[in-house]
Amino acid sequence: MRARFRWGGVSRFIVRRLLLGLIVLFMVSLVVFAATQALPGDPARAILGRSATPAALAALRRHLHLNQAVFSQYWTWLTGLLRGKLGTSIAAQVPVTTLLAPKLVNSAVLVAVSAVVSIPLSIAIGSWAALKRDKIFDTLSSNLLLVLAALPEFVVAVVLVLLLATTVFQVLPAISTIPPGSRPWNFPSYLVLPALTLVIAVAPYVARIVRASMIEVLESDYVEMARLKGLPERTVMLRHALPNALGPVFQVIALNLAYLAGGIVVVEYVFNYGGIGSAMQEAVINHDLPVVQALAMLIAAVYVVLNLLADVATITVTPRLRTRL
Amino acid sequence: MIPAAGADMAAEAVPLDAPPVRATSLLRRSLRLWRTRIGIALVGLLVLIAIVGPFIAPHGSSAFVAAPFSPPGKGAVFGTDHLGQDVLSRLLDGGRSILLMALIATAAGLIAGVVIGLVAAYARNALDDVLMRGMDVIMAFPQIMLALVAAAVVGPHPWVIIVAIALTTVPRIARVARGAALPVVERDFIACSEAMGVPRWRILFGDLLPNTLGPLMVEASLRMTYSIGVIAALAFLGLSTNPNDPNWGLMIQDNRTALAFQPWGAVMPIIAIALLTMGTGLIGDGIARTAAGIDRSRGAE
Repeated sequence: MRARFRWGGVSRFIVRRLLLGLIVLFMVSLVVFAATQALPGDPARAILGRSATPAALAALRRHLHLNQAVFSQYWTWLTGLLRGKLGTSIAAQVPVTTLLAPKLVNSAVLVAVSAVVSIPLSIAIGSWAALKRDKIFDTLSSNLLLVLAALPEFVVAVVLVLLLATTVFQVLPAISTIPPGSRPWNFPSYLVLPALTLVIAVAPYVARIVRASMIEVLESDYVEMARLKGLPERTVMLRHALPNALGPVFQVIALNLAYLAGGIVVVEYVFNYGGIGSAMQEAVINHDLPVVQALAMLIAAVYVVLNLLADVATITVTPRLRTRL
Repeated sequence: MIPAAGADMAAEAVPLDAPPVRATSLLRRSLRLWRTRIGIALVGLLVLIAIVGPFIAPHGSSAFVAAPFSPPGKGAVFGTDHLGQDVLSRLLDGGRSILLMALIATAAGLIAGVVIGLVAAYARNALDDVLMRGMDVIMAFPQIMLALVAAAVVGPHPWVIIVAIALTTVPRIARVARGAALPVVERDFIACSEAMGVPRWRILFGDLLPNTLGPLMVEASLRMTYSIGVIAALAFLGLSTNPNDPNWGLMIQDNRTALAFQPWGAVMPIIAIALLTMGTGLIGDGIARTAAGIDRSRGAE
């Protein structure tokens, strides 16, 4: 059964993807830098406003290395980035890493909880709908998912607050402010609504892709063959159909985890959950450019790494793709 | 049925010797599906509200009507908001900016994305790689993230948000356009046009474009759905030039503190945004299903 692995080809593929990912990351850093520091206009004045004194402007320019040439500004910023020195938050007056590290943990917990719930759930719904194609479950779930997929996260979030925390039922907290120094897992009830919002934002999309991919697989000759051999439907689904349907799903999961990384901005803001998403909103309102730079780089890096992992995972579960390497 | 997601549509190869399905005929056929009709009705209703709303609003959008967060009553059908302004009047006034910004941003992103995607597909050389890797770089930013960075640096002007949304729409459209155009580029009639000396731009937009319209229309409606969501979300996050702008996203933000006793101030704009995005989503799904049906029946011939 097992195809002969050509690990030489696979590892060469991984190395090539890794290099490509590094190039994309490097270009991302150029974009972030260009957008935040090299734009026409004076960032120091943008940060401090029109009423700033010349002395304050000069001090901030020195602080942001704005008195250097653009290239050496970029070099200072990039080498700092690589050594984990992300500068100092202008609003909070603490190093960006100190400011963001605990928030990063909070966001990671939230995204992890959402992913752990949404991925198996959407694979189950998608597969079941494919199996019961055009029956009641499929029709109902397809239409419901279509509608849910169209709703922006903040609308979902406020509706959930309306239904479960304020107007209709008061069973869950409307605000999930984690006290500083505490960890989110000590407040499980705080995680429910933010995580539920993210699940509703992501699961419909993944479930639809799983359904499509599964339908294609179920119509294939090898599944028909397995059925004609008299294998039980369970075995056909779990051993023959599902592994082959999961190839494209990895891409979608990666895409959606990356989407979660953007979605947390709004969701954390709605629930006042102290993560990097609400930190981004605050930094934007306060013109806190070092924090904005760090978060934009971080979230773009997450996207690049997730895509890389998805490509490697796809190659690993889909032996027929390896022949092209 | 194949689902609506644009990415899947792109993977579906156009059957080899089929003439292109014209956009108008695809739209007409998709109207046979109830979901498309409902979607068009919803979008039509919301667009109508956005256009004529300001003229039929009972009060000025920033006129003081009654005490803040008054419940529905005489003079204010849905009660008042956090500043004592009429919720209904602000609802009728608040759609125009979101719709207009989303439309301009999506259209600009669509045009640029189609050009880049078709050029990349047709080039078949290093230009393809360069363009698509460039697209990857933009793709690495979630849509809302790039808009936030731009708003932080330049300020939350409407045109900044439009440019940011358009820019993040480009790579997503370009991927679909390139994916749909790649199998077409290999076909004989393109080689034939080349041999006849048809100018390159006419091959791109006369021969390639009509053959990619199905997936592109699906992706465009998906992008419109997301553009509306992101633009409303940015206002919700407090990024708007006018702090008392009658804008659905900002209305939700301003009135959600009173959900427990005067929910209408937040609920009405929520319903408006939800119906609008559902409408664009349903239209996209209707077109996707129709296009998939056409491809399928051709495959069977």
